[in-house]
Amino acid sequence: MRILVCISSVPDTTSKINFTADQSAFDNSGIQWIINPHDEFVLTKAIQLQASKGASVTVVSVGEANCEPVLRKALAIGANDAIRVNLEPKDSYTTAKELAFIIKNGSYDIVFCGKESLDYNGGAVPAMIAQLLGYSFVNGTVELEFKENKALVTREVEGGKEKMEVEVPIVIAGQKGLVREKDLIIPNMRGIMNARTKPLTIVEPISEEINTEAIKFEGIMPRGAVKMIASDNLDELIKLLHEEAKVI
Amino acid sequence: MSVFVYAEQINKEYKKTTFEAISYAKQIADKLETEVVAIAINSTNVEKLYQYGVSKIIKIIDEGLRSFNVNAYVKIITQVSTGNVIVFPHTANTSAIAPMVAVAKGYSFISGVLESPQSFKPFEVKKKVFSGKGFMVARANSDGVVLTISPNVFGIKENFVQGEEEVLEFSTNSENYNIVAHEPSEGKMDLKEAEIVVAAGRGIREIEDWKLIENLAEVLGGAVACSKPVADNAIRPHSEHVGQTGKVISPNLYIAVGISGAIQHLAGVNGSKTIVVINNDEDAPFFKVADYGVVGDATKIIPMLIEKIKDFKE
Repeated sequence: MRILVCISSVPDTTSKINFTADQSAFDNSGIQWIINPHDEFVLTKAIQLQASKGASVTVVSVGEANCEPVLRKALAIGANDAIRVNLEPKDSYTTAKELAFIIKNGSYDIVFCGKESLDYNGGAVPAMIAQLLGYSFVNGTVELEFKENKALVTREVEGGKEKMEVEVPIVIAGQKGLVREKDLIIPNMRGIMNARTKPLTIVEPISEEINTEAIKFEGIMPRGAVKMIASDNLDELIKLLHEEAKVI
Repeated sequence: MSVFVYAEQINKEYKKTTFEAISYAKQIADKLETEVVAIAINSTNVEKLYQYGVSKIIKIIDEGLRSFNVNAYVKIITQVSTGNVIVFPHTANTSAIAPMVAVAKGYSFISGVLESPQSFKPFEVKKKVFSGKGFMVARANSDGVVLTISPNVFGIKENFVQGEEEVLEFSTNSENYNIVAHEPSEGKMDLKEAEIVVAAGRGIREIEDWKLIENLAEVLGGAVACSKPVADNAIRPHSEHVGQTGKVISPNLYIAVGISGAIQHLAGVNGSKTIVVINNDEDAPFFKVADYGVVGDATKIIPMLIEKIKDFKE
């Protein structure tokens, strides 16, 4: 079983997000990079399969050198090796194409991705990889097991969950719930030491053509001052919600 | 070329998200002086779609697609959507189908759009980024564009058109996916579509007090949500977690009870039209981004609020 886990580096969730003065790009000065939270769940799942089924786990990121610390952390968590595609990921399609090439070249038949990355929220890369390779695809994955050559997957849908048996090769887009928050693997001293000698290979991209461009960014407009209402005057709140805000 | 829209039906019903997607497609079609063609798969009551401006419905009947099989859905939708703007609502299934259709057609893909395009040639449109902490205008640099529409932002606009149906029958082999079970959640409203959401956080200390939150949501006809620690501690299910790493929502009314207002939580709810914060701590950061605030003990305030809302509704 060879699993490829696609991970991305995103700004730490406590970060205040700023854009450059001309609003053309994200201002990443001073940003701490972390592994995309949804990816943490699929990575831990892959390491659990490494333990239970002897799977080999490779992690890959499309990014510049600033994403290597996150790849090293994934190695410390237990991945066997890492690959960095040396390209700033400018849109979902370009990223998916690079990853599809790595998958085909490396003959990975099980691909794990997080549901979406917290930076651009495209949520498209896993699906695009599946389409490019003709793999099965399941998104919203909250439970996963492998039996013989099939994946037994539970996905979250509107109004509940759906459980299905799907053929491999497969791309799984996973999210919180796939493993319990308390079971997420935190690198220990031994993991961190081993990570230093595990292979991290840098490869050049196959193409740089993008088909969707980010042309302008804006921050969130602040709201006006809050209207405080005394706790013994809730009639006033209801009146404001009805007459002023018009939401009830 | 017509503007195509995938008129998804979930459990044999049209949801608000589908009507919003059609309203969006109709607005684009009007600007481009063309028509809206809806794609319906194994759907019932398709005539409802004419109300929102659909001129033609491609009604696909295929036993092999009774259950969701993404590769098969992508193949059929790609085949019948012969236009260069294809609109989808944003749901669990369409967030899988739409990017795959974009790849199949060599079109750009833009998810979670918030408003009409700012320009058509080239196609430019606004979406949220950084999980609610900012906005981005995306430009399509290819022959066409596939969009998903963020729920509860654009709105439903009625625009009746006398349209017609074209029925197409296929018989897809769907063996690579085999649905084994459906687990419905207990009749809860979908958080992303809810117009009113009542959320609570660590300020609700006793499990029984969550009943107050549920009752408030019920009397308002809204959905229940929670902050991250509440979901992580399994007090509420993950599906109710709103925030940067949970759901990003934009209801008309968001009532936050006992939530301090950490930046990650705010990212998930700053798209709400009106925010009401109820918290015992007058220094809670959430008050700085609220429209209305009440300082006090939620366990006393909520029951009073429920009674007053019941009176108001009579």
